[in-house]
Amino acid sequence: MKPTNIQDPEYFHKVVDCQYACPAHTPVPEYIRLIAAERYTEAYMVNWESNVFPGILGRTCDRPCEPACRRGRIEEEPVAICRLKRVAADNKEEVRHLMPSVPEKKNGKKIALIGGGPASLTVARDLAPLGYEIHLFDEWNKGGGMMRTQIPAFRLPESVLDEEVDYILDMGIHTHFNTYVESMKEVLEKDYDAIFVGTGAPKGRDLNLPGREAADANIHIGIEWLASVAFGHTTKIGKKVIILGGGNTAMDCCRTSRRLGGDDVKVIVRSPFKDMKASPWEIEDAQREDIPILNNMPPKEFVVENGKLKGIVFGKVAAIYDENGKRSLIPTGEPDVFIEADDVIIAIGQDNAFPWIERDLGIKFGKWDLPVVDKTTFQSTLDRVFFGGDAAFGPENVITAVAHGHQAAISVDLFCRGESVYNRPAPYTNLVSQKMGIHEWSYDSPVVVDKRYLVPHAEKQVALADRKVEVELGFDQPTGFKEAQRCLNCDVQTVFNTSRCIECDACMDICPTSCITFTANGEEGDLRTRLLAPANNTEQDLYVSENLPTGRVMVKDEDVCLHCGLCAERCPTAAWDMQKYLYQVTKATPIWNISEQSTI
Amino acid sequence: MTYIKPKFRHPELPKNKIGYAKADYEGAISTLCGGCGHDSISGAIVQACYELSIEPHKLAKLSGIGCSSKTPTYFLSNSHGFNAVHGRMPSIATGANMANRNLIYLGVSGDGDSASIGMGQFVHAIRRNVNMVYIVMNNGCYGLTKGQNSATADIGSLSKGGSENRYPAIDLIGMALELGATFVGRSFSGDKTQLVPLIKAAMSHPGFALLDVVSPCVTFNNKPESTKSYDYVRAHLEATATIDFVPEKEEITVDYPEGRSAHVELHDGSVIHLSKLAPNWNPTDRYSAVNRLLESKMKGEVLTGLLYIDPNSQEMHELENTVSQPLNTLREKELCPGSKALETINASFR
Repeated sequence: MKPTNIQDPEYFHKVVDCQYACPAHTPVPEYIRLIAAERYTEAYMVNWESNVFPGILGRTCDRPCEPACRRGRIEEEPVAICRLKRVAADNKEEVRHLMPSVPEKKNGKKIALIGGGPASLTVARDLAPLGYEIHLFDEWNKGGGMMRTQIPAFRLPESVLDEEVDYILDMGIHTHFNTYVESMKEVLEKDYDAIFVGTGAPKGRDLNLPGREAADANIHIGIEWLASVAFGHTTKIGKKVIILGGGNTAMDCCRTSRRLGGDDVKVIVRSPFKDMKASPWEIEDAQREDIPILNNMPPKEFVVENGKLKGIVFGKVAAIYDENGKRSLIPTGEPDVFIEADDVIIAIGQDNAFPWIERDLGIKFGKWDLPVVDKTTFQSTLDRVFFGGDAAFGPENVITAVAHGHQAAISVDLFCRGESVYNRPAPYTNLVSQKMGIHEWSYDSPVVVDKRYLVPHAEKQVALADRKVEVELGFDQPTGFKEAQRCLNCDVQTVFNTSRCIECDACMDICPTSCITFTANGEEGDLRTRLLAPANNTEQDLYVSENLPTGRVMVKDEDVCLHCGLCAERCPTAAWDMQKYLYQVTKATPIWNISEQSTI
Repeated sequence: MTYIKPKFRHPELPKNKIGYAKADYEGAISTLCGGCGHDSISGAIVQACYELSIEPHKLAKLSGIGCSSKTPTYFLSNSHGFNAVHGRMPSIATGANMANRNLIYLGVSGDGDSASIGMGQFVHAIRRNVNMVYIVMNNGCYGLTKGQNSATADIGSLSKGGSENRYPAIDLIGMALELGATFVGRSFSGDKTQLVPLIKAAMSHPGFALLDVVSPCVTFNNKPESTKSYDYVRAHLEATATIDFVPEKEEITVDYPEGRSAHVELHDGSVIHLSKLAPNWNPTDRYSAVNRLLESKMKGEVLTGLLYIDPNSQEMHELENTVSQPLNTLREKELCPGSKALETINASFR
């Protein structure tokens, strides 16, 4: 193998698994250390700079970081990153004065944001401090988009949502609420320099089975029903409720039903339990509220008697996987099952819908009726129109929408300044030694063996009685500290200097997880078989040095490195050093420079 | 302060034949200087014991005083151990071995412990062919007392302060060959590919197995002009042969070229394979080993590898015709066999 190029900003970025997996690349270990140091306000700002909604995401994020967490490869469970984010948000002090100010004098450019969800709000936050005049349009009476309409209050209290939405709206954003934009043509005719579309994926899928029309009064579309509950239009539901679908929306629907009068609420999925799309922790929360999940039962027919829904007939199937792992659901031949229901909620997915964009404006649409959008610039085929969030490439999640928003804001800014939107700014990176003295590092390098801490929940009876009572109560400060200490500090990198190495093997001998090997070089596939411990996780890189005096190379398998610093500690020549790598995605406007404002 | 070794190990660490991972042979975290050759030797011992599937409770580690003699704390935490008076480890090992011949005895010593204060003990353990592995972690200086030249420092070698050693070195290998040692090898702490099979072979040898391991002292004796430094040893390294140790009942999978290799079979059926042999050298011929050693010395080489092995070695218990079981397993029946047995013994003297 060629020597690893650690000058490439992506190499060490990839080692910080959580940050790399986060669509917005939030510097996770950095804010976790700040939490451990009780510097909650700065921890919040590190988050806010990157993911814009720390309090919201600390409760509702899809957590792509957690399955990526290195700790999950060393013991059973990853660090509770999401819940730590909430610790920062819950314990912060005043933050407004730390946020960038918005100039009184505008720069003369006008931007329209269609949709008031996370993508649009991110664009607004990134552009407002630059003096843009920003107009935000939303059909509802408040900002937040799907975070308000689709996430129930027992998971996300309205006060948290309002606070973080207002941080942005208070930056002088011109809001046009209760305004459904009906024609893109009309928007284009106005004097906007650029238009950003962040309208999400607003169309819940329906299920056209026999009886669907006759039972319409008691059949609801998941996301529409959740929105109606959120705005107080719907306040009750029948005693017996069936939820069709196995995603997070289904979980929100069943738990909301329990709070609106549903005593006997069932989630029924057509495929196996293990294939459910919902996050494991949301499934657990639903089960804790006495909601059974029945699997391998595709619905066949809505049964209607005297014009009223009586229930659903389900078939029974088994999942068969072919040699490529492709699944087919084969009827088992067992008799169909009838399950009674007063109400049915269909939560089987959602689609994009752009009935308001005329198709002759130069905005091309492609597969699935999605707009043709550049994956890097988020620009559509009409140069002043940009898309982001679920509206760009189909349903994802809040943190992805935020990541899109940052990039779209950069493009809008470049476009308005007449520069090429492909002229993307490089990430901000920094690599600094953490050595403070003999056996002394500026981070807590000892690796604790604590298991993941459990988060307290509200009493079930209390929670089920009121849909606005938050269920998860979050970690208190002492638990937050202990959970924070589980973080392995993967951003503190093991940096190897070939010219200093005397090949004494001290690092190889001390490494607790046998990551380091000195051996003859070879191709990656071959090298992986010759290391001290198996290097089977090919998603994790091998760090290879230049040739050493004996002709061998140092090979470090990054996979299960504990970042404990013992290699550097035992190295007599400081050929190894522990250096903190900071990677920040550059934003359209500087929001918070970690190196200068909150480094730890 | 972060001098704690984390508890986590590589989750896919392989297990040996008796179900232990390499981590099960580890010891406490070393308190020697970072980069000390001794730590590498400890690592090689851990590796060798893991590969040989030794049950940790069937091994005793013995040592004297010195940096080297601290190391038994840093490997095989689950084995027996005895830290003896300076230079007196061979007596303890001899006594322990007499009492319980069923354990594997691993003596760890240094150049001070063996070539100075313990010289008298060292030579007698060789002479008696005590069944043990005797590893000398040889750094040519007294690291624990700030690096004075030891008796194994080569003449002309420069100390950390730059002063030249005026006295000739005691060569433990030459001395052992002279005294009739039955297994003699030299290695370098920075060469585990050679050291691990040598330790394995030494552990399988019935009798006294001396391994003189050059082990640089990074703090006090690692100037390039020191003959025990990493740079010097690497530049002057000369191996008798590459060594491969195949335990009993394991299939031989490597092709060894004819003429340039030799096989030495040990009493338990295990085999030592040596390839790329130096000319005019035969590992089972003491005379050729002495010659080879002298030749290297004249050329200024650091000769490593297995130098001599006596496949017909008879260890102390065989020479003394001792009882075949450990003394602690002898019960009253064996110890007081009764008047009839006494009569037989008395009759034999008449």
